[in-house]
Parts: sequence; structure tokens; C-alpha cells
Amino acid sequence: MTASLEVIEPGLLTTVQDTGRRGYQRFGVPVSGAMDPLALRLANALVGNDLGEAALEMTIGGPSLRFQDERVVAVTGADLDPKLNGQSVPMWEAVLVRRGAVLHFGWRRSGCRAYLAVAGGFDVPIILGSKSTYLRGGFGGWKGRALQAGDVLPLGAAISDFGRHLGKCLSHEHVPKYEEAMVVRAVLGPQDDWFTPEAVSTFLRTRYLVSASSDRMGCRLEGRPLTLGDRREFVSDGVALGSVQVPAGGQPIILMADRQTVGGYPKIATVISADISLVAQSFPGVTHLEFVACTVEKARQVLATQQGLIERVRSM
Amino acid sequence: MGVRARWAPSSNSVRFLTLGDNALTVEFGQVVDDAINQGVHELARRLMAGGIAGLLELVPAYSSLAVHFDPLVTSHQTIAAVVAQELVTPFVLSEEGRPVIEIPMIYGGEFGPDLEFVASYNGLSPEEVIRLHSGSTYRVFMIGFAPGFPYLGPLPLQIVAPRLPAPRDAVPAGSVGIAGSQTGIYPLSIAGGVASHRTLPATTFRLAA
Repeated sequence: MTASLEVIEPGLLTTVQDTGRRGYQRFGVPVSGAMDPLALRLANALVGNDLGEAALEMTIGGPSLRFQDERVVAVTGADLDPKLNGQSVPMWEAVLVRRGAVLHFGWRRSGCRAYLAVAGGFDVPIILGSKSTYLRGGFGGWKGRALQAGDVLPLGAAISDFGRHLGKCLSHEHVPKYEEAMVVRAVLGPQDDWFTPEAVSTFLRTRYLVSASSDRMGCRLEGRPLTLGDRREFVSDGVALGSVQVPAGGQPIILMADRQTVGGYPKIATVISADISLVAQSFPGVTHLEFVACTVEKARQVLATQQGLIERVRSM
Repeated sequence: MGVRARWAPSSNSVRFLTLGDNALTVEFGQVVDDAINQGVHELARRLMAGGIAGLLELVPAYSSLAVHFDPLVTSHQTIAAVVAQELVTPFVLSEEGRPVIEIPMIYGGEFGPDLEFVASYNGLSPEEVIRLHSGSTYRVFMIGFAPGFPYLGPLPLQIVAPRLPAPRDAVPAGSVGIAGSQTGIYPLSIAGGVASHRTLPATTFRLAA
């Protein structure tokens, strides 16, 4: 009998996500995956999973889940006030959930998306190499959709030495803090030279509001519009995670996990990989973001430091 | 057709663009051009076969190739050097052996709500639009926008049509649309702003069973 997790209440938008679907963008298949790759990988590192194992991504208002088997789990990312059988559960720590226990998540108190990693992972079908959910395409993850009440999710085989990971936790100084106004670093270009110098300066000085219409495809920003130097037709080309596209209205969009694989608008900058998690934790309609220019070399250093932290947690 | 062409972009027509900290765009211009697009796909094939450490994936577009990589394994400089080396020898491009896929179509009526619009916009009869649209062979320049959505061209100039003023909420899967001088097939039901005809169930995207 396979171990499983029962969904009592699904929460606002809960999906199965791993680190994304790689290798099919040339067929128009988005990468998808966890919006906050740092929180996901830390959660997996805490419970002894492969870093890229599937977890639940819980958005803004979280689910109520009954564990039909004993498991070690970790909750990372946004603070959705997690409670186990009514008692507060520490985040960023490997904790034991007994058979029959109910893990309940409420409304966000900071951040936007929380992650629940379960030792052994989720035993959902691997579609095009990944367990991530592509909602628009209706495939991947749990039946290509968000969780619904009554769903029973199969868990992967239990890790035999799970006790070794119990109690592992991230030290306080390493726990990410999600503020209502955050600064994200970005590498300028490739089409920064399509914009007027004033526009680039505006881009780096504006406190943008993260629009309520932001979603897994993109973080839409509201602020002073950015003007192109001369109106040219942009021929569609490849985009990256974190690319900041500027469509006709001049309001930037940060492309995120479910972004389309090519884009028809100029890109003024790309958020550095290490700061994608901050964009992912922006609460639509509330959080403000500001951009700061960053070199590729600095971006790489910051990413290497993050990777070092994840490796240390994994080998604790 | 199978015309063999030598393609050698001069060193000052290739640009290496930094696409954030983990991707590089190799750009041959900002243009929709058959030869350049063939060159993009040939370069992608060569790089895929080359086994570059840290390479994650390649995404061809009209006149550029996005190279996604792991920045903790390799760098923009390394990738650019590999690409520059590939471009030293001119490519010999050929369309020989390229499959021509025939797509059965139903034009007009409930399956093609915008056939009349495309016709009247261009001062043609619906029958003439059908003849022109179905009489052409289209190249797949790239696949993007949605899984399996092919960017097809060139569309006969007589039947270009502008985008709808506002996108429809859901264009049915299998629909064939016109936007400006491009035409494409919607593999999934998705919001879209193109004047559309419709196909019989021939799908461009199917997950393996």
C-alpha cells in the first residue's frame, strides 16, 4: 500500500513543482517549476531528498493536509502559519509528522509562496522529464492542475534513515526575510540600448508596485512607463527566467516560471538567478520592488554562495 | 526545393548578447529571413551534438539562438568562444529532405469565424483567401508561445490581416490564425488575438503516452 497525503482543503493555489522541465523550450514547453527555487531546494536539503525532488508549492492561502503515513517534512518559503494538529510548526526545519496528523496552512503573514517537502518526495508521473505542473498546458505534476479537496497524493518510497535528518534546521541568520519592499539585482540588457538613457535611469530609480494581476507567468509591475529610443518592431527571440520585458504600455513584466519560451518585446534587464526567490515572494498588490544594476560576475558569486549554503544543509 | 546555399555570417553581423547571468543570445540580426533562420537551426544542431559542459538547452528563434547554461559550470565567454569556433567554417544549408506536413483544413463558418474579415480586409472573396492560404508551403521558423505552436511564414501578402483589437478568451485548439504577415496553429486552447480559421483534428503537440 503506497504512502499518501490526503487533501482536506486545497488552499488558494497549491501545485506540485520540482526544479522545472528542462530541454523542451525549443518545442514551446515552458520550464515551469517552483517559483522560488531557493526555498524549494532548501526544503529538500532539510529532509534528505534530491534537491530537485517535487514538493508542494502553496500560494498565499495554504491547504489542509492529512498524512496517511508517518513522514519527515520541512516547510520553507512564505510564512503561512503552519500548524500540526493545531500546534505551530517551526519552519526551515525537518520535523516528524505522525500518521493521521493534519498539517494546516493559513494565510500568508510574509512572502507569497511556501513549500512543503516530504522525505521521499511525491510519486506523480514524470512528464517530459519533470514532475512540475504546467497549468496552462494542463499537464505535469498532479494531473496537470492545482490540488482539489479529496485528492490523495501518492508519496515516494520512504527514506530508510529519515531519523538522521530529523531536527536539521537552517540557522536564523540564513533564513530569507521577505519584506514589503525589496531590492532585486539585475543584469542590464540585452535590449537596454533600445531605451532612452532616461528610461534606463527611471528603471533603476523607480519603486514598482507588484500588480495584483501577477501570476506564475510573470510579475507585472506598475510605475512610471519606460520609453523606447525609437519605435522599432521587435522580432521575437529567446527569454530567460527573470527577464524584464517591456511591452507597448511601458510597464515592465518580470518573466517567471510559466513564462512563454520566446518573447516579442524588448528586454531591458534580467533579474539575477539568486534574486528570483525575492520576486517569487512578492505579494501581488502589496510588495514593492526596486532594481539595482549588477554584473554577471557578481551575480555568479552570489549564486555560488547560495549553492554553498544548500550543500552545507544537505550534508548536515 | 533543395537549393544548397552557403551561409557565412560575417563576424560583424553576429552579436553575443548577455541574457542575464545564465543565458547567452547569439543574434544574427533582427529580421525574418529564411537563410538566417536555417543557419540558426543548423547552429543549434551543431551545439547540441557538441556536448558542451553546463549547457542546459538551446532555443532557436527567427534570427537568434538563446543558449541556456549553468553559470556555476560554464560562462558566457566559454559559450561564445565555442559558437565563434562553429561559425568559422561556412555552413552549407539545404532544405533537401525536410518533411512537408499537410494539414487538412476547414475554412469559414463556425470553424473559421474570421474568414470573411480577412477577405473583406483584403478586397478578396473568401474563396480567393482559401485558395491563397492553402496554396502555399510555409516554413516553420520556430516553435514558441505555447507547446507545439509553430511560427509559420511567409504568408501571401494578399491575405495579411491585423491582430484583433482585443484577444479572444479562448481560441479553440487546432485553430489556424493570421497575425500581420505570420500564420500559426494553436495547439492548445489559449487566449489569442489573431483572426482564425480552423483545422480538422491534426495536433502539433502530443505528449507521449
